Amino acid sequence: MNIFLQYTLLIYFLPLIAFGIQIFIGKRLPRQGDWLSIGAVLATLVLSIALFAGMLLDYNPDFKQNFSFTWLETTNFKISMGFLVDNITIIMLLVVAIISSASHIYSLKYMEGDPRYSRFYAYLSLFTFSMNGIVLANSFMLLYMSWELVGLSSYLLIGFWFEKDSAANAGKKAFLTNRVGDIGFFIGIMLLFTAIGSFSYSEVFAGVAAGKISGTLLTLAGIGLFMGAVGKSAQFPLHIWLPDAMEGPTPVSALIHAATMVAAGVFMMVRVFPILTPDALILIAYIGGFTAFFAATIAITRTDIKQVLAYSTLSQLGYMIMSVGTGAYIAAFFHLAIHAIFKANLFYGAGSVIHGMHHSLDELDDHETDAQDMRNMGGLRVKMPITYLAMVISSLAISGVPLFSGFLSKDAILAGTLALVERTHSHQLLLFFGFGAALITAFYMFRMIFLTFHNKPNKPKIFKHIKESPTAMLIPLVVLSLLSIFIFYTLPNANPLSDQGWFTHLVEPQESLVPGHINPSVHEIEESIHHSHNPAMITSLIVAGLGLLLAWLMYFKKVISAEVWARRLRPLYNLSLNKYYIDELYDKILYQPFLKIADWVAYLDWDVYDKYFINGFGRATEWFAKIVGIADYDGLDQGIVDSFGRNTNRLGVALKKLQTGKIQNYVLYAALAVVILLIIQML
Amino acid sequence: MDSLQIYLILAAILFSLGMFAVITRRNAIAVLMGIELILNAANLNFIAFARFGGMNITGHIFALFVIVLAAAEVAVALAIIINIYQNFNSINVDEAQQLKQ
Repeated sequence: MNIFLQYTLLIYFLPLIAFGIQIFIGKRLPRQGDWLSIGAVLATLVLSIALFAGMLLDYNPDFKQNFSFTWLETTNFKISMGFLVDNITIIMLLVVAIISSASHIYSLKYMEGDPRYSRFYAYLSLFTFSMNGIVLANSFMLLYMSWELVGLSSYLLIGFWFEKDSAANAGKKAFLTNRVGDIGFFIGIMLLFTAIGSFSYSEVFAGVAAGKISGTLLTLAGIGLFMGAVGKSAQFPLHIWLPDAMEGPTPVSALIHAATMVAAGVFMMVRVFPILTPDALILIAYIGGFTAFFAATIAITRTDIKQVLAYSTLSQLGYMIMSVGTGAYIAAFFHLAIHAIFKANLFYGAGSVIHGMHHSLDELDDHETDAQDMRNMGGLRVKMPITYLAMVISSLAISGVPLFSGFLSKDAILAGTLALVERTHSHQLLLFFGFGAALITAFYMFRMIFLTFHNKPNKPKIFKHIKESPTAMLIPLVVLSLLSIFIFYTLPNANPLSDQGWFTHLVEPQESLVPGHINPSVHEIEESIHHSHNPAMITSLIVAGLGLLLAWLMYFKKVISAEVWARRLRPLYNLSLNKYYIDELYDKILYQPFLKIADWVAYLDWDVYDKYFINGFGRATEWFAKIVGIADYDGLDQGIVDSFGRNTNRLGVALKKLQTGKIQNYVLYAALAVVILLIIQML
Repeated sequence: MDSLQIYLILAAILFSLGMFAVITRRNAIAVLMGIELILNAANLNFIAFARFGGMNITGHIFALFVIVLAAAEVAVALAIIINIYQNFNSINVDEAQQLKQ
């Protein structure tokens, strides 16, 4: 068997096996079977590293392996499933494996003593399995199946503490909101399938290139696929579920709702990029750009540490989506991988802080104070030096400061946006979104750092009892912080200002397959990006510096008062604080009318249909039963059945008299019978 | 008059008398006697056939067997009658009619 197939099969199925064992007998295993899930995920990590090392040694941008087998065959069509292993897959597998392993190890301490400890690990394994399915899929069929499985594991993990109403509701919200996107995704896949007759990427791409589907229909298919990404990657207007998803345990937030699952949408867009039409692309760019900016403005006013990170995730995902739309989709994938690392790190850092807060609050026997509210923190730098350092490194990375990984990819995305504007001489709004979001990102990330770790502690009593988190939680922080340094992404080059390196060598953009050359060619795009690289870099450095400075002045030096400015910009501040009233709006225009319709239908169902139709049936049946009862009881039973009994009884009474009990009578009868027989014989 | 017919007629009369006793008598001992008569009617037939009908020695042996059986039967029957007497305080067969119930 092919070694790649062996590796990918193991990577794919090991977590599933771990899940199967965990969910059924996990509780009865020693240590509730956590070693099983961790073993499985570490094995996938080792295998992914092996694949990755192989890829680096090979250093071949065109590397591609496709394995497929027929899954379903009818006379009309054939559906095959299988794995597609190329450089993008291998990089993504490694990212998933790293974050997943970190999450598993981190949960050892974070979830310690939870009553459903083994089930938590089972769900983590299920998630790893499904996510690897999305990464490895070579057809829309397997992609869609894994897509839904990922949604399921996300639902299970968000609602993991389902005793809390808020967690249960957040799980439902995530699942239902994703469903809206998934409908579009399904329609997109089916449009492609009806036109081309296949689910596999290669055949669909070939079909598009051959012009089997084009024009508006292809645009619609592209938008349909994009809707799936809008749901899963939480883009506006379906972004509402992601912040609520932070109700889940923090390792889950880091793994699923920040680093990997939400990136699935971007990953899918990267995969299908060659078949997207210009119209679809521009819509994608605007949705992404808008989400990037919009979410950043909400993040400014969050006080919950995890909520800040949730909105920053939205914003960064918006960047990636915008980058797909501008044609610089390799930059989107680059940012996906880099963002996964530093965002997971930020979440683990936040989890470490929350863990410390919980410990302190437990010791004070205080169950009222919110352990996630940054207003209860402050000055934690002294107590949690490692967590602090990790958080600062990843905040620098997300803000796009040189020497850290985030700078490389963010810069590539902004350069791609600037290139689009220069090519088309329009869409300047995208530039505003991109650079505006960069400024705000630097601002709110350092607002978080200053509020949490600097200045005097806001609640000295709580502060006194805070301790650094246990080693199992610090290991992922250290590893991921190291991986947030630029050098890992630019080797063999070591220029912190340029993203040229193994990544750009190994992942090469594909030509658009949309017929008619309506999309710019790879060469055109690369040329224009190259051209706009320096201006974009300088602007992004300036805006990031500005954001950082503003945060420093406002929350560290306190020269500018945040309260005064909030009062001065009251309407804007309120908009941000209330998340632009989107939830309220949905409540008004979607949920309430829906509930009204539901009430109305319920009235129809209960009071009209049930009362008259169903109950009418009941009553008619009752009458009928009564008539039948009379016929049966009085006619059949009394007349025929009972009369049989009665007549038999009567006959018995009559015949009883023959049985006198006197032997002599019987002998007489016997003798008489003999005589009669003799007479008959004689006759 | 030394022919089979006479013996058979005699045996038939004897059988009928025995039968009559069995059916009509109320006294169990008398019923038993009737049975003896029936058995002896059969014996008479055996002997007659041995003499006239070519049954030869077999008829004699059968007759002896019947006599022995009759003795055994009387022994058993008397035992039953004693039991009936102990239960009903009478040997009137009409009173032993529990089969009726």
